[in-house]
Amino acid sequence: MTHATTTTKISVQDVRKTFQLKNKEFVALDGVSLDIADNEFVTVVGPSGCGKSTLMNILGGLETVSAGRAMVDGKEVSGPGPDRGVIFQQYALFPWLTVRKNVEFGLKVAGVPKAERAKRAEYFIEMVGLEQFADALPKMLSGGMKQRCAIARAYAVNPSILLMDEPFGALDALTRVKLQEQLLETWNREKRTVMFITHDVDEAVFLANRVVVMAARPGRIHEVIDVDLPYPRTEEVRLSPEFGELRNRVWHAVYHQ
Amino acid sequence: MERVAQMTGPAEGDDVRRQPEAQLATMTMAVPGGEPEKPARAKMTKRTKLLILNAISVVGGIGIWWTLALTGFQFPTPPEVIETGVKLWKSGLLQEDLAASLTRVLIGFLAGSALAIPVGFVMGWYTVARGLFEPWIQFFRTIPPLALLPLVLVLLGIGEVPKVFVIFLAAFLVCVISTYQGVVSVDRTLINAARVLGAKDGTIFVRVVVPASTPFILVGMRTGLGSSWATLVAAELLAAQAGLGYRMQQAQLYYDLATIFVGIVCIGILGLVMDRLLLLAESKLTGWQERI
Ligand SMILES: Nc1ncnc2c1ncn2[C@@H]1O[C@H](COP(=O)(O)OP(=O)(O)OP(=O)(O)O)[C@@H](O)[C@H]1O
Ligand SMILES: [Mg+2]
Repeated sequence: MTHATTTTKISVQDVRKTFQLKNKEFVALDGVSLDIADNEFVTVVGPSGCGKSTLMNILGGLETVSAGRAMVDGKEVSGPGPDRGVIFQQYALFPWLTVRKNVEFGLKVAGVPKAERAKRAEYFIEMVGLEQFADALPKMLSGGMKQRCAIARAYAVNPSILLMDEPFGALDALTRVKLQEQLLETWNREKRTVMFITHDVDEAVFLANRVVVMAARPGRIHEVIDVDLPYPRTEEVRLSPEFGELRNRVWHAVYHQ
Repeated sequence: MERVAQMTGPAEGDDVRRQPEAQLATMTMAVPGGEPEKPARAKMTKRTKLLILNAISVVGGIGIWWTLALTGFQFPTPPEVIETGVKLWKSGLLQEDLAASLTRVLIGFLAGSALAIPVGFVMGWYTVARGLFEPWIQFFRTIPPLALLPLVLVLLGIGEVPKVFVIFLAAFLVCVISTYQGVVSVDRTLINAARVLGAKDGTIFVRVVVPASTPFILVGMRTGLGSSWATLVAAELLAAQAGLGYRMQQAQLYYDLATIFVGIVCIGILGLVMDRLLLLAESKLTGWQERI
């Protein structure tokens, strides 16, 4: 991955975000600047309450900035759009729709004809390995399967950016590792620009081209660490001394700010 | 991937859900035999056991009633009640009363719910509508619809309209509140999920808010039906020329306890049947819910 030759996809410029509390203003983000290149995989780590979700919601168009600019493809973000897929920690699947109907949701909203919709849904359901559960309701799925469905649903509308807010946070360690590997595999096949929020330092290093470490009070970027490990990231990479070194660096940046 | 799916998949969840019953089986029955059969057999026994207990309870209750009737209490005996019921049926009075009562309750209940659902949605979705409707709904909710009957009788005369109207009100008030509750408690993340998938307000309303509020609406309709039914009978006791409530009120004048019992049994059975029908609709329409 050479960042110099690629174009900037996401550009956050001196963003400030405040929330009006009862009697005072709360600064959730202050002076946050970050550029993410096309097809780059960036992970964001930081202590709870440092504004990771807020930053992601701003890029997703679910929150507005108080000052500064949040740009996607050179245009200021003014609301949600199908160019940015969002994957939430709480899965957020529509519980009354089957896996297939969930995956088709965005396509239906966009007015994609039925046959085309079915074909695209099929493809992405297969991509996440849920073909046997295509007609199951979310209540029948395990947490990991729900999250895979959410990933397929986000992919189906073909966004150029994926914003993922602690998508694997609620899963057990083993499922997590599996899904990390699978996510990278998917990303390798279907390149997208990814911003991935996590609490887990290992996960941050394993997935990323770059790890953004944030600090709290006020929420800001503390350090950006390049991860020069080769893809595909195999188990070997995960157990390599280089990985360990990077993990230590990120760990220090997070816990000794 | 599939390995993960199997480990954390539905199979595991099912086991967890079955456990209490399996334990029950070993505790109460100590079923011998094949391991894999156990959960299924435990389920069967539990159901059958409950049904047997239900039957015992019903038979026992009727037995107590009968005993009381025979030992000088002023009750009619069960055969006497059945006899009266048959007599009323043959004379055509019972059908007439049933038809009168059911027509009133169905018209009032259906009209009330039909209006309550859109009003509840509008209240939940638009702040302006909420601000305008809420004080009135909250105010009338505290008044039992029956308390409005004297006023309604004066204003609307003594025909069918006032009775249907109070039933309508009873159903409407209950259902509107729960529909509104349903709309305002729709999970924000689901709305956001729809928004980031490109849905605009109209689509979100139809595809997210409506289905997500369905369980609330159905609960509201069930409660509304109960409330309608109660209001109906009371309204008929006060002012009617036919209907189950009217028949019972007439019977009271002539000290005709058997007819009163027929009325009570009919009201109970009809109420139960209607409730079951709504429950059936509920399980069909909201089967997607995760029940914890
Ligand atoms: N709508 C809101 N109103 C008021 N304060 C808010 C709102 N949303 C977020 N905040 C505050 O902004 C801060 C940052 O929140 P945010 O959810 O972005 O943190 P986070 O880094 O995602 O934390 P976590 O790791 O726990 O998810 C928190 O202190 C939170 O209380
Ligand atoms: Mg968060």
